[in-house]
Amino acid sequence: MLSIVEIDYGTPKAVSEKTVALQIDGKSIHVPEGTSVMRAAAQAGINIPKLCATEMLDAFGSCRLCLVEIEGRKGYPASCTTPVADGMKISTQTPKLAEIRRGVMELYISDHPLDCLTCPANGHCELQDMAGVVGLREVRYGYEGANHVFAKMPASKDSQIALDGRAAAPVANPLFAPKDESNPYFTFDPSKCIACSRCVRACDEVQGTFALTIQGRGFESKVAASQDNRFLDSECVSCGACVQACPTATLSEKSLIDKGQAEHSVTTTCAYCGVGCSFRAEMKGEEIVRMVPNKDGHANHGHSCVKGRFAIGYASHPDRITTPMIRANIADPWRIVSWDEAFAHVGSEFKRLQAKYGTHSVGGITSSRCTNEETYLVQKLVRAGFGNNNVDTCARVCHSPTGYGLKATLGESAGTQDFDSIEKTDVVLVIGANPTDAHPVFGSQMKQRLRAGAKLIVIDPRRIDLVRTPHIKADYHLKLKPGTNVAVLNTLAHVIVTEGLVDKTFVAQRCEDDAFAKWCDFVAQDKYSPEAMEAQTGVPADAVRGAARLYATGGNGAIYYGLGVTEHAQGSTTVMAIANLAMATGNIGREGVGVNPLRGQNNVQGACDMGSFPHEFPGYRHVSDVATRELFEKAWGVPLYNEPGLRIPNMFEAAMDGSFKGLYVEGEDIAQSDPDTQHVTAALSAMECVVVQDLFLNETAKYAHVFLPGSSFLEKDGTFTNAERRISRVRKVMAPKAGYADWEITQKLAQAMGYPMNYEHPSEIMDEIAALTPTFHGVSFDRIDELGSIQWPCNEEHPDGTPVMHVDKFVRGKGRFMLTEYVPTREKVNLERPLILTTGRILSQYNVGAQTRRTANVMWHDEDRLEIHPHDAEERGIASDDWVGIASRSGETVLRALVSERMQPGVVYTTFHFPESGANVITTDNSDWATNCPEYKVTAVQVTRVSQPSEWQKRFRAFSNEQQSLLEQSAAPQPASTLGPA
Amino acid sequence: MHIERLVTMANDIATYFTSEPDHATAVTGVRDHLTRFWDPVMRRQLKDFVTDGGEGLLPLASEAVKQMNVPAVVG
Repeated sequence: MLSIVEIDYGTPKAVSEKTVALQIDGKSIHVPEGTSVMRAAAQAGINIPKLCATEMLDAFGSCRLCLVEIEGRKGYPASCTTPVADGMKISTQTPKLAEIRRGVMELYISDHPLDCLTCPANGHCELQDMAGVVGLREVRYGYEGANHVFAKMPASKDSQIALDGRAAAPVANPLFAPKDESNPYFTFDPSKCIACSRCVRACDEVQGTFALTIQGRGFESKVAASQDNRFLDSECVSCGACVQACPTATLSEKSLIDKGQAEHSVTTTCAYCGVGCSFRAEMKGEEIVRMVPNKDGHANHGHSCVKGRFAIGYASHPDRITTPMIRANIADPWRIVSWDEAFAHVGSEFKRLQAKYGTHSVGGITSSRCTNEETYLVQKLVRAGFGNNNVDTCARVCHSPTGYGLKATLGESAGTQDFDSIEKTDVVLVIGANPTDAHPVFGSQMKQRLRAGAKLIVIDPRRIDLVRTPHIKADYHLKLKPGTNVAVLNTLAHVIVTEGLVDKTFVAQRCEDDAFAKWCDFVAQDKYSPEAMEAQTGVPADAVRGAARLYATGGNGAIYYGLGVTEHAQGSTTVMAIANLAMATGNIGREGVGVNPLRGQNNVQGACDMGSFPHEFPGYRHVSDVATRELFEKAWGVPLYNEPGLRIPNMFEAAMDGSFKGLYVEGEDIAQSDPDTQHVTAALSAMECVVVQDLFLNETAKYAHVFLPGSSFLEKDGTFTNAERRISRVRKVMAPKAGYADWEITQKLAQAMGYPMNYEHPSEIMDEIAALTPTFHGVSFDRIDELGSIQWPCNEEHPDGTPVMHVDKFVRGKGRFMLTEYVPTREKVNLERPLILTTGRILSQYNVGAQTRRTANVMWHDEDRLEIHPHDAEERGIASDDWVGIASRSGETVLRALVSERMQPGVVYTTFHFPESGANVITTDNSDWATNCPEYKVTAVQVTRVSQPSEWQKRFRAFSNEQQSLLEQSAAPQPASTLGPA
Repeated sequence: MHIERLVTMANDIATYFTSEPDHATAVTGVRDHLTRFWDPVMRRQLKDFVTDGGEGLLPLASEAVKQMNVPAVVG
């Protein structure tokens, strides 16, 4: 079912500078060339009946309902497949057309159930609407014959005769198929199908999975998932595009079936990955009926994935904690307190700690899951309220190298393009990213472009889905050894420089001469030839040469990268090597090219923009910069510290030292997501006041002294900034379950610390950000409402925002090539630990899983597995499903094995979505040299078959059970009169 | 903080700048990196360590630390 508020124009919008003039029903109409007659009519407010057409799909011309008459043309062409032409005169309503349409509808209805009053689509069913529009008054054919509607049918005449005229029992209808309810989020009821193919086409054209097909011919035609499997067992990725496209109740959201039609719709932004899809939350009062991706969404153009559309049940999960809680010791039960008591307690504790241990003994951690306004307030609280710069964000452990590397080379800590830029890309280079799992909606857009002919280079140790997927095959898959990104990028640069493939004009005009010359000498060294590096990287030299030539000479080349680039000891070096390649080949500063970091979480870009790193104010300005500091001191009314504060891992070290005692964590689960878990939990245990603000009692909260219940993205106003620098609105659709939106909690904490904050609405926070940050000068909630979304920089120079950066010059002036020596990681395999463990994500789960584990998405992935190559498995006597111990120098954990040829021998892989998996018990303290981003992607391990959980897991279970029991024992405040003496 | 950890981190930074052919630029690079990104307490600790001999620190890192300013009083 389409959105309840969007107008469906029937066929996609045409893009052409040339305008065509025509007449429809006597009305003069001007539309771009290439527009369909159907769309031209719809844009003029003339609605031609339709069933198989929808704007989200290419015209198909199968339902024969949208027929029109065109002066001078024979017959009754379908308006969806007929493009407009100059001077056309079209009639959409004539007696003949009415007769044809009624006939068509009569046939449809003759094979469709008539349970309209109790049907979930009732109120928004296109079939029902069309029956009304064409004036269908009778169905002459009856239901006795062949049909898809009834499970039973009358016995054949032969059986009647055999029974001597007695009534024979009805027999099974071979054309009938029962409802498929296997998918947790939607049902498939074939009896209501009109075989319009919209679902099949949505799966092909929008999602690109090709899981659905029309099986059989003629009247036997029916929709089938994969080889006539149940939906859950098929290749379906549950993106829901088919459900959205379905004009009847054949594919219906289960939530719609449960709740009925929504009555209003609010546009908001998804709180999952860095694609930042725009959604319409379709509501009944304060209850969500369903989420429908917004056709006008600039990042997603009406598409979604299984997480954004369906996995929102966590927001109303019973695990949500909705009252503040306090305890003196983590071995104590929680005491439920009023908000006022909680704020006063945190204020007095943090003041006590600062008085006793010094100004710098406390700090805060914000999260990429928070809105820009929330993040801004947390860093403001730390800098202005705590009086130090001990603030960091989870980008520390994901994309901090992107900020460093792109700032050093290009001058701005952000991706250079918008997603739509890929429409003009000729060569896509994906390195250390898995878009079809981790950024699925952009992954679909990428697949469309690849199917349309763009070339593909994948640099990844694993055979990710993109390497071979329906109608797509990578031209080169450089299956490198984990930890050799810089080596491989240097070999690509070597080929580009030594084979004369550099874009000399671009480099001469746009880049620093000296740095370029130095870089050329550096990468041209023999040691960086693909042949010389082959033994280290594991990538055949001829593949490197081929890929380098393709990227440098294949037209517009665009690089997309993810955490497989940043989460390494040389993360920042790799980002700089990527920027070097783009500059050397002139692939920057226009549509179709660029350097595109795919951000993990929804607001990684925004969290970084908002000044949540300890060394810089909002807008990436260093705390030592006098002019900037004076600007903020004037606005915030307090002196500010001019030296960088502690990063997250530094905070842990300082806590172990005894110099860091109080931490305010908003929306981040460091005890699960950060490396070397045992070190993190020891550090948390060493602090005197850990304050966690979250939806759930997460792993970090189990070590907390104060719990402040946060609000989900549905319960507050604000903005998120996606991987394209696109700022989009998050809109409140229901009241905060715990009473306060997160920005209000931070504000109250500031007040309790004695620092005044008095915002009435998040829009005022954004106004302050805009006033203080040059790249945000033009941003306001009103302006975002006006434009739909804004890509920063948005200011006097770029009033409508900036889809493509560095167009005429780099933000830093001239581009700077940086030297990128390959330094092998300290994490080396040896006899004791002969395998490399690398980590990653899966489509159905998100990050630490706090949200998705509390939804039906666990049906696709209910435990983290260890993927291992058959050769390594056989050597160790391991079969799929066996329990295996994975031991590194940091710790040991136990998972079930999944033997898979996606892995290369010597490399094992796991995800980290479940806390009990302990993926980060194994990861080490190695980190990126520039930013301390952890080296999650390379850990030397041994894998053995085992029969019981690891020691850590046993301790984890005992501790978790104890904490759960302490939560259950939590006591509500007693009325004052019953309180005894203290 | 554990000085071993700070030494490792400083050596990682110095290792990056080792490929810089101009020695003075390399030293400045390491020094500026430490100054821009490290909390003063960590810088002070590392500087004291270098004063005491700085064993285990790469020569480039030692040289940079010697040039590095650390604010006198850290509140």
